[in-house]
Amino acid sequence: MTYIAKPKFHHPGLKKNELGYTHRDYEGKISTLCAGCGHDSITASIIEACYELSIEPHRVAKISGIGCSSKTPDYFLGNSHGFNSVHGRMPSVLTGANLANRDLIYLGVSGDGDSASIGFGQFAHSIRRAVNMTYIVENNGVYGLTKGQFSATADRGSKSKKGVTNTDNAIDLVAIALQLGATFVARSFSGDKTQLVPLIAAAIRHKGASFIDVISPCIAFNNHAGSTKSFDYVREHNDAVNRLDVLVGREPISVDYAPGTVQLVEQHDGTRLALRKLDADYDPHDRLGAMTFLQKHAAKGQIVTGLLYVDPDAEDLHTHLDTVETPLNTLDEQALCPGSAVLDKINASLR
Amino acid sequence: MKPTDISAPDYFHKVVDCQWACPAHTPVPEYIRLIAEGRYSDAYMINWKSNVFPGILGRTCDRPCEPACRRGRVEDNPVAICRLKRVAADFKDDIKHRLPKPGPKNGKRIALVGGGPASLAVARDLAPLGYHCTVFDGDPKAGGMMRSQIPKFRLPDSVIDEETDYILGLGVDFKGGQRIDSLKQLLAENYDAIFVGSGAPRGRELDIPGRKEAAANIHIGIEWLANVSFGHVDKIGRRVIVLGGGNTAMDCCRTARRLGGESVKVVVRSGFEEMKASPWEKEDAIHEDIPILNYMVPVAFKHVAGKLIGVTFQKVKAEYDAKGRRNLVPSGEPDETIPCDDVLVAVGQENAFPWIEADCGIEFDKWHMPKVDPKTFVSTNPKVFFGGDAAFGPKNIIWAVAHGHDAALSIHRMLSGEDINERPLPEVHVSSQKMGIHEWSYDNDISADKRFKVPHRDKVVALKDIRTEVELGYDLKLALGEAQRCLNCDVQTVFSAPLCIECDACVDICPMDCITFTENGEEDDLRQRLKAPSPHHDQALYVSGDLKTGRVMVKDEDVCLHCGLCAERCPTGAWDMQKYLIDMVQAGSTCQSKARSAA
Repeated sequence: MTYIAKPKFHHPGLKKNELGYTHRDYEGKISTLCAGCGHDSITASIIEACYELSIEPHRVAKISGIGCSSKTPDYFLGNSHGFNSVHGRMPSVLTGANLANRDLIYLGVSGDGDSASIGFGQFAHSIRRAVNMTYIVENNGVYGLTKGQFSATADRGSKSKKGVTNTDNAIDLVAIALQLGATFVARSFSGDKTQLVPLIAAAIRHKGASFIDVISPCIAFNNHAGSTKSFDYVREHNDAVNRLDVLVGREPISVDYAPGTVQLVEQHDGTRLALRKLDADYDPHDRLGAMTFLQKHAAKGQIVTGLLYVDPDAEDLHTHLDTVETPLNTLDEQALCPGSAVLDKINASLR
Repeated sequence: MKPTDISAPDYFHKVVDCQWACPAHTPVPEYIRLIAEGRYSDAYMINWKSNVFPGILGRTCDRPCEPACRRGRVEDNPVAICRLKRVAADFKDDIKHRLPKPGPKNGKRIALVGGGPASLAVARDLAPLGYHCTVFDGDPKAGGMMRSQIPKFRLPDSVIDEETDYILGLGVDFKGGQRIDSLKQLLAENYDAIFVGSGAPRGRELDIPGRKEAAANIHIGIEWLANVSFGHVDKIGRRVIVLGGGNTAMDCCRTARRLGGESVKVVVRSGFEEMKASPWEKEDAIHEDIPILNYMVPVAFKHVAGKLIGVTFQKVKAEYDAKGRRNLVPSGEPDETIPCDDVLVAVGQENAFPWIEADCGIEFDKWHMPKVDPKTFVSTNPKVFFGGDAAFGPKNIIWAVAHGHDAALSIHRMLSGEDINERPLPEVHVSSQKMGIHEWSYDNDISADKRFKVPHRDKVVALKDIRTEVELGYDLKLALGEAQRCLNCDVQTVFSAPLCIECDACVDICPMDCITFTENGEEDDLRQRLKAPSPHHDQALYVSGDLKTGRVMVKDEDVCLHCGLCAERCPTGAWDMQKYLIDMVQAGSTCQSKARSAA
């Protein structure tokens, strides 16, 4: 852990976004994770995405559970709301917060232990309920805080740092998220920010349950030969199906795309996603096709990355429950407590 | 781009902007760290070895280091390097026992013409090697222009005495009051080498109507300053006009304020911004209630019955031609006459060598300057060397010292039977500063403090006595605060491509966005693709060899804080913080061969 605070000085020529902030203004405290941790790159990518989207930091709620990954919200968006919850319970805390105040942007940050083991059920239910959130799993395949045991996402046959082979089957959170109806599903790699940053930006702008599985090598316990979550392994086996550019507002689409190679997807809020196809046959609107594609490639030992599925017309939990448009904290007493006559009426309707 | 060769001594030297900009290449960050540690004598000795006059320069240097200081590109103001040098001089213990001892005489005799900084630097380098050095000066005491032209309220005699005595104490023979009138005669005395460090002693004239008639109240600036310095002049009229915009003009106006000048004005031809005087000297003058009037060209001295009554100025404005050259053209406003009792003319200095005879083997160029080799400082007479203002016209003390070192090296090599054109390479030391996982031998926590102001004596008190020093210098608390502003640019970021796993940790932590991993390309193209803009193309790009993914690491040295966070967050030690020290070659350096010792 670094003892000194990151100096406040920044490059004098740093660009500012629409709000007049530089990307440095979206930072949090200095990381206490091990040097070189993939999670720090995900932190940097979240900072970059929020900077590029000109998000007002006080409009974001970052919620996490327990683990190395769940510590990271302390390292970005120092001026946002944060809640470091119980192990595996981030999804229910986030769901509750979202129901109470639908105006905030919800960032759920979790890890493979937090989401694929102790919080597996919580993960599943927040996805199937279509909570409007960006759910990021910082997936390193090991329990780093307890010195490197296999986690539930470690691939069968991969080796621990001590040379032990994993005999359990792996949970593929992306496959589960697809099956449970997530309306924005992506996988990326902490070592590839050009892919990761636009995916986070698009997920934040997506209305509905967005899920991103980010493979994030653990330098201390899972970056050796025999690991399938190491820098070298992921770089060798990465099969990116597409590259994404996020277009906010009316900016014209840049012209350097070869014709026919770009698929434009317009989301609910007007955000346009320009998808440059790397795999000509891949269709990110085909949930079944995506699931099959994933299985086929996983069997070949390939790690499929990119925007795997998106439903631009998705609905979220608030729509399903027909909740009030106004966040609860801004409703006045009259609205919250309409009196016994209204209560009698409701009771009568239920008899 | 090709991978950067960090073993070339110049590469890291350039990164230490202050040291690179200093003519004597004083290791600035090294002595500033020593000041922060309270090791003032050690800090002083580093300076003394490199620039010979730390106490004098700490008050008067033209400080080319400060505009170069990296801190000035990161925030508003550079580190107050010059005044920290004074701290080392002010708070050191007795250092006499640390000075070199006069060496056993080697039988070689050197004559040095002029007792200023250039000659004294040569004597300082050569005397300990056994040379018999004889310094001739027309003034009774050593110091040259440092003593005669710099006012005492900026540089007290005690400081000059102390630092010239260190040199004369090395067994140097000082012949005060002996002006050399004939080089021919000096050559006839069979010295093994002669060094000319006689300065640029003549003040430029201003030949406009009325100059002769009103001569009694028109004084040439440097001559007048010398007369004040030696006590020949102790008063001036109530209303004084100083003509000229250089540092001499600033010294003239501030001196006049102390000798009875109640209304002192500086008038310059050019714009205020273009004046040659250092910004801080202009500030000091303005602080003493001296207005600086610009865009006014003197056209006549007004006089009545041989008595000066004023100066008439034509008003001008700046116009720029197609090539961007500035011309001063009349603005059309009526001329203005400013009444005054005395005028000080400080419009420049000239070299003068009336004492060098035509048959001494010294050739002069069309500007009447001696032909001097800029590397070896030898003239067309192989036994005669020039340095300081005498070599290339008026500069300043630190340049004179740098010339002195180089000339001394030439003299030493010549008299050792070596080729003076072959200059030994400097010795370079590079060593890791790592003490623990996150501990470094230097303080890498970057201070956010703004530049600390040097305390000044109260103006009323300061203006009363010409010998009262105006600047009080930093106290130890201010000195520590200012020293902490130094970014330790000599502690270099050293990158090892084979160790890098491209995890991006350094990119993510770097507070200045200096580091980029990208595909290689030509420099201009690479500069376009960096993480942050790269406006200063004179600042190097540090490019690695190819990495595993085929990319390269590119670091823009421009605004790196040398905080070491890249190395702290690097999991494999691909980044390391290594201190770079360069030992400039001086006469008598142990390493006189061409062997290179680098990273």
